Parts: sequence; C-alpha cells; structure tokens
Amino acid sequence: MTHPYLALTDSDREEMLTAVGVGSVEELFRDIPAGVRLGRELDLEPALSEHELSAHLGALAARNADTTRELSFLGAGIYDHYVPAVVDAVLQRGEFLTAYTPYQPEMSQGVLQAIFEYQTAICELTGMDVSNASGYDGTTVTADACYIAKHATGRTKVVVTAATNPQVRQVVKTYAPGFGLEVVEVAHRGGVTDVDELRAAADGAAAVILQQPNVFGCLEPAPELVAAANDAEALPIVHCDPLSLGVLEAPGRYGAAIALGEGQAAGNFPSYGGPHYGFLAARQDFIRRMPGRIVGEMVDAAGERGYVLTLQTREQHIRREKATSNITTNQTLLALGGLVYLTWLGPQGIRELGETCLSLAAYAKQQLRARAGLELVFPEQATFKEFAVRVGRNAREVVAAARERGVHPGYALGRDYEGMDDVLLVAVTEKRTPQEIDRLAEVLAEVTA
Amino acid sequence: MKLIYEKSRPGRRASAIPRPEGLPEPEIPESLRRAEPPRLPEVPEFELIRHFTELSTRNFGVDTGFYPLGSCTMKYNPRINERLVTLPGFASLHPLQEEDGAQGALELMWRLQEILAEVTGLDAVSLQPAAGSQGELTGLMLVRAYFDDRGEGAQRRKVVIPDTAHGTNPASVTMAGYELTPVKTDPRGNIDVEDLRGKVDEHTAALMLTNPSTLGLFDENIEEIERIFHGAGALMYYDGANLNAVCGISRPGDMGFDIVHINLHKTFSQPHGGGGPGGGPIAVRKMLEPFLPVPAVVRRGEDEFGLDYDRPQTIGKVRGFTGPFGVFVRSYAYMRMYGPRLREMSETAVLNANYLRARLQDAYELPYDRLCMHEFVLSARGLKREHGVTALDVAKRLMDFGYHPPTIYFPLVVPEALMIEPTETETKETLDAFCEAMLAIAREAAGSPETLKEAPHHRPVKRLDEVRAAKTPVVKYEFERHPEAGGEPSAVAAEAPKGV
Repeated sequence: MTHPYLALTDSDREEMLTAVGVGSVEELFRDIPAGVRLGRELDLEPALSEHELSAHLGALAARNADTTRELSFLGAGIYDHYVPAVVDAVLQRGEFLTAYTPYQPEMSQGVLQAIFEYQTAICELTGMDVSNASGYDGTTVTADACYIAKHATGRTKVVVTAATNPQVRQVVKTYAPGFGLEVVEVAHRGGVTDVDELRAAADGAAAVILQQPNVFGCLEPAPELVAAANDAEALPIVHCDPLSLGVLEAPGRYGAAIALGEGQAAGNFPSYGGPHYGFLAARQDFIRRMPGRIVGEMVDAAGERGYVLTLQTREQHIRREKATSNITTNQTLLALGGLVYLTWLGPQGIRELGETCLSLAAYAKQQLRARAGLELVFPEQATFKEFAVRVGRNAREVVAAARERGVHPGYALGRDYEGMDDVLLVAVTEKRTPQEIDRLAEVLAEVTA
Repeated sequence: MKLIYEKSRPGRRASAIPRPEGLPEPEIPESLRRAEPPRLPEVPEFELIRHFTELSTRNFGVDTGFYPLGSCTMKYNPRINERLVTLPGFASLHPLQEEDGAQGALELMWRLQEILAEVTGLDAVSLQPAAGSQGELTGLMLVRAYFDDRGEGAQRRKVVIPDTAHGTNPASVTMAGYELTPVKTDPRGNIDVEDLRGKVDEHTAALMLTNPSTLGLFDENIEEIERIFHGAGALMYYDGANLNAVCGISRPGDMGFDIVHINLHKTFSQPHGGGGPGGGPIAVRKMLEPFLPVPAVVRRGEDEFGLDYDRPQTIGKVRGFTGPFGVFVRSYAYMRMYGPRLREMSETAVLNANYLRARLQDAYELPYDRLCMHEFVLSARGLKREHGVTALDVAKRLMDFGYHPPTIYFPLVVPEALMIEPTETETKETLDAFCEAMLAIAREAAGSPETLKEAPHHRPVKRLDEVRAAKTPVVKYEFERHPEAGGEPSAVAAEAPKGV
C-alpha cells in the first residue's frame, strides 16, 4: 500500500529507475559501504492510520493537567494570557506555515513584510532602534546579547542580577565558557537589586543583565540600574515582559543598550515551554553585531517598495566562523503570532491589559492576606502581574494539596532560591476573574491552615 | 501593498480587554510609568485578517507548490499534526506544571527520544536544542565537557570541518570557543582523506560532518574517516541536515558518529514557518550521556515519566524548560505515521532526486557525476560562460514557472551552484513539469537571455537587490519621516548563498 505521504506508483518507479539507469531502488544506495548499512528494519512500532494517531495523541494529551483543567496561577516566565482566534487563523495559512526562510525575496514578500512590521512593533514596545526577526526564546536571546556585548566591549565578564529568571541565568552560564565570558551574579536585597552593589559589580563588565519586572514580580529601579551600568560602560541589557510595556516605561527610554525577552506572553500558547519566540532589540550602534535575520525595506527594479533579508554579511551562511551568531532557523512563525497579537491589542489594548493585570494582582494580594492570612515576601516592592507570598510550610506541598482541589496556586520558588522553601510565586493574568482569585484564596486558606 | 501601520487610524481596535469592576486601581510608581504609548497598529479585526491574508498571498510555501530548496527538505507538512498540537492538553500545558500533571507530555517526549535513538543508532537523546545550529553548539559543548573530564580539554582545541559544510558549522565552532580546521573535498565529492590525515592529531577535538554532504553525496570513505578520528582519540559529530536520505538505510551511529543533531523541521515535518520554529534534538553515545543538558526526560516506571535534574556532569541548559514541545508533538505524530516505513520515505526522496538529476544533468553541468542521495548540485557555469546567465537568473526565472528556486551559490565549492532537493512528497507529474521548466530555461538562456536577466516577471515585486538594501538599511517603519520609494536600482546581483 502506498503511504499517504508518498505518491509514486509501481509504474512511476519503473520509469524513473530506467531514466536513472539503475535496476532497483536498492542500487541507488550503492555508494554506502556495506559496513555502515543498517541491514534490518527499523525497530519501531508499526505505522498508524490518521485516526489511530489521533486517538493515541488524544490519550496522551488527556494525561496532562493543562490550564483549561486546573485553575492556574503559574507564571515564572511563561504566562496564561488569552490568545485570540485571529492568531490561529493567520498562522494556519499554509503560505506562511510551510514556507522556508525568505532567501528568495520575490517569493516571500508576505513573510518579509510581516517580519518588518514585527520589527517595528518590537522597536515601538521597547523604545529601541533595531529588532531582529526573533531568537529561540527569552533565554537564548540573552546569551546572544552577551555575545554582542563581548565583541562590542572586548571585555570578558557579564553581570546578571540574581533576581533574573533562573532559566535565563542557567542558559547564559552554559553559553558563557564558549564565549570566553565569566558570569557574576549580584544578589537581591528585599526583592530588588541594590544600585550601589550593581555599580560595583559593573566595573569592567561587558554587560549588565537585569529583568523588569524581575523573577519575584517586583519592579526593579531599572532606570537607576541602567544608569549605573552605563556609567561603567557596560552594556545594560533589560530582559522585559512585552505585556508590561503598555504601562511600564520602554527600556530604550531610560538608556538600555539592548532590550529583549520571552515573547510567549504576547501571542503564543504555553505549549509546555515552546516553541515560542525570543525578541531582541538594540540601539542603532549594534545593528551590525545583531544575531540572526533582519528584514530591510528597499525598492525593486521597477521602483516599487519591497522587503529583503538585509545585513546578511553578519550571518553564518556568508560570514561562517566570523558570523555574529550561528542562528539560522529562528522562530518566525511564533513572532508572526506576536505581531498579529500586538496588532489585535493595539496601543489602547496593551495599556488596558497591563492595567487589568495590575488591578487583579493587587486584588489577589489583598485576598491572600485577608482570607488566607498570607504575608507578602517583599511587601515594600511594587509589582506588575506576579508576586511572592509566604505560605508557612513547604510550598511544593502546598502546590500538591491545592492541586487536589483543582487549583494550581503558583510556582514554588524554593526550587531555585535558597531560603524560599515556603514561598509561592503567584501570577495573575487578565484571564483570571475576581471569583477565581477568591477561590485561590479559599484553597490556600485551607491548605496552609 | 500598505504596511499595517499605514492602515492604522486612531480609535480603532480589534481587542476588548476584561476590566472587572470593584478592583483596586492599577498603580505604577511614577518613575517607572510609560510616558508615551507604543505606536502599535489600530485596526478592526476584519482589517487585521484581510491584511495578513493578503500578505499570505504574497508568500509561497510547500502548500502552494514545488519547493526544491536544497538542504532544506521542503516536504509536505501533514495537517493532522496542526490539529493535534492545538489540543488543550498540549497547547495550554504550563512548562512548570508538576510531573504528575504532565505525564502525557513527558511520555510523548520519552517515546520520541526512543524513536530518535533507534533512527540515529545512538544511545541517549536530549530534545532541548531549539534548532539544528543550536544542536551543533550543544554538541560542541558536550565535546568540551567530555575532554575536560578526561583532562584533555586544554590540549584538544581544533574542530575539523569540510569546505562543503553549512555555514552554521564554522559559526558554531567559534561560538563554542574552538578553532576551525578546514579540510578539502576530493574530485569525487568525498572528504579529501589525504588532506585529512595531515590535519587530525592529538589537538583535534572533533569532526563535524554532514553525510550525505551538501553535495548530496554519501562519503564513500566514511569508514576510513572514522578510523582516523577515533584513532586520534577525537569525537565525530554528525550534522543531521541531510538525514532525510538515509532513514532506515544507514544510521549515523553505525557510521561511527558519537553525536548527532536531528533537524525535526527538515526530516520530521515540523513546518518551517517562514524561518522557524525548528527542533534540533541531539543523540549521543553512552559515554556522553552524563553531560547532556538538564532536565533529562526519564522513565521512572512502567507508566511513569519524569524530569531528572540530578546530572552532576551536565553542561547546563541551552534553552528554557525542556525544548520546543509543540515541535515534538508534530514530529512524534509524523514518525508514528511511518514507523519502520521511514525507509520508504528516504528511498523515495533519493529516487526523486536521482530522477531529476538524470533528466537535468545534460542541460546543466553536473560537477560530481555520481548517483546522488536526496539532493544534487548542478552548476550554471556553462550558461554563464556562454550566455552570461547566472544561477541567480535561473532561480529568478523559475519563479515565473510557479516554482520556488533551488538553493543557489551553495555549497561554495561549486561555482554557480544550483542545489536541488525534491523530497519524497511529490508526484512524478510535478517532477516532470519542473524538469520541463528547467530545460526551457536552459534554452531561453541561449535564445533570449534578457528574459532571464529581468526575471521574475510575474511576482508581486520585480527583482530585489539585497546588497544595495544593506548599504542604507531601513529596518522598521519610520513614523515621522518615511522615505518615499524611489532611487536607481542596481544591476549588481548578490552572489550569496540562498537557502540552507
């Protein structure tokens, strides 16, 4: 039986083999030495039909407690924001979904223009001059930025605040030895980074990485921290939540050299961690050090506006070992989802979304105090959509007990931070209702009593 | 066509954001509050859909037509996979969900690892790398960790790469802190073994090789190459970009490779998405397993799966969480649809490529006259010499016939290269029609070369000159002073690789 994803009939095959001048399909592989051939069938389960496949994957999906089945307050970098139907509609267009990187611009004006529009949206959000077409995620773009900083400054140390998401810090540390970089962390003081401590650490550094809002949900004194980095001539790199930028100042406006982050919250489903997109935008000074694809506008041979991949001499397919990065495949389709989402939001929507998150999170803080008697870990600090509370016992046990009641109350920060075994990081998106927050408070009251 | 920003009018919007009543006022410290709103587009929902639908009509995908872009494996992407990935149990699963709430996802990843281990002939798999080039970098980090552990880290600083390699290979070498040792290609398109012998010694950390190579040729000396590297105590890295040629036929592990990356977006049907996402899992031999990224996806019992962070020798993390899970869903689904029949997939890809090669090699030059694997490289140097027509011109003219061009100007060892990969998901009728177009273009090159020089004639834009665009890059919409279209077009063609 011909496989559904194949097409050749027996007579096709005969005609083609004749044209090639061989007697069998087997003979096509005669250049492969006998000693490296498999010589048996692959030891895999038999092929499934489409409906058998659907049933199998449906059963696997049913064994996951996703956010439609559990009332979830999980965040810590990936957020349960609403993804509107227009995103799915655009991303399922086969012309976008099944195209390659737009090396041939005349075949690819659609995605090229879309990336140009995406770059514009990211620059508008972050207050930067130039954005690339996306990186793998919020962690890898941070490592990419370290590579920029190393080459831009010639220095060999990067500073990262301890209040930066641990996933990000781990990836930076994994990449750093290959880059010839040493990574130094600056501890947090009461949930935020101390400006003087950061200033001291930034001395002689290629870059300073900070997160706004930080991993505890707290708002860093980002303008002061960025100024301290700039004073030391270290590149200030601000890792930011794109959906906070309707209400929080754009990093470019307070002096960041590079603004980047995890794009998932803006237009991608959580999808157990990926695929998502990392955004990376920089000041004009760094345009020729940027990693990855950048789309530029120009005119065609008839004087009409068109779009192309530009500044390609930075890239691996031309520059090879001297490239600004090895990245080629990136996350274009997810970034397109980001553009569609940001277009859907618009300037008013993104501000309102930020305000709703602020209000709901403030309400959640009140309710957790009032109904569950929980104390904030950093009561002095302003927050955006996420905050840390002490639950008075091991937070992982609290998570387990709450989940038995259908509520995932948040992330147990003790998994990453010493002395925080009783701390829960609670994220509140616009999808959560006051009633759901009441339910969270009720459940936490029960399981922490 | 207008940009979405040019369709924007103040006061329009596509979204409504919930704003429950009776909540505390939103508060932001004055010093951190945004001063000016971002100039995002202001359009109603129906204008949004029309805009992006129109953009899509100016794009060409595998769903649109034949896309023989060499080394990119532009095969059909099954639609069932797109449905499966949207199941809430997958799409709405948070990556920090506790293990007992993610058993289905963990089982799927574990099963995918098992399949990839069997297909590559290796022992252990990490799904974490986000794409092929990140798989390469991860692989080189493993090489470093392995030699550091053996006390040979300072001594082994060199990575050997043939001149036919993808640009990602040398770029990854630099990013991993290694030095590049290039090695030549011999007249049959294999690695030049004599050149190699003089370059592999106790300072060599690894070989990075694509096999079949970017010439579409299986290296006939692979066993000798294996003896040279392992004999010198070095490791072998397999760039899996061309794995579509050999599934079920010859496995990288059987060829002697110690580390392999697999491009899930090439061989295993993750749609390319106009430039991503991809997936670049790596498979390794047992002795490298302790160094793999954390967390590892493990089976704890008959029906229990988990994430293991307790790997003291790990290189760390190369990406957030456990990798691009949605890509895993699609590739797992695809491989379950084939099972052991993956061999038929590769056989068909190789037959299709050889058929095109046989039909086209007289009208164009074939620099390496051998049976090819899943792709082959022609040269337009004869057309250039005789008619002044370049590979770029041929590529642009193919667009008028309704085909996406092949990869051009790559690999670098072939002048005026046209690298053609039909994949297995085409009918003979499509292959024949493409051949007719290629043959017609070769005739046009002799009869009316200007038709090729001015191509494409039937795309939404005329030819675009990337070199010129790079001189004064405009990389975002300039709201205040958007430059008017105009200026003198340049006749200089960008002879840079297009594809791969």
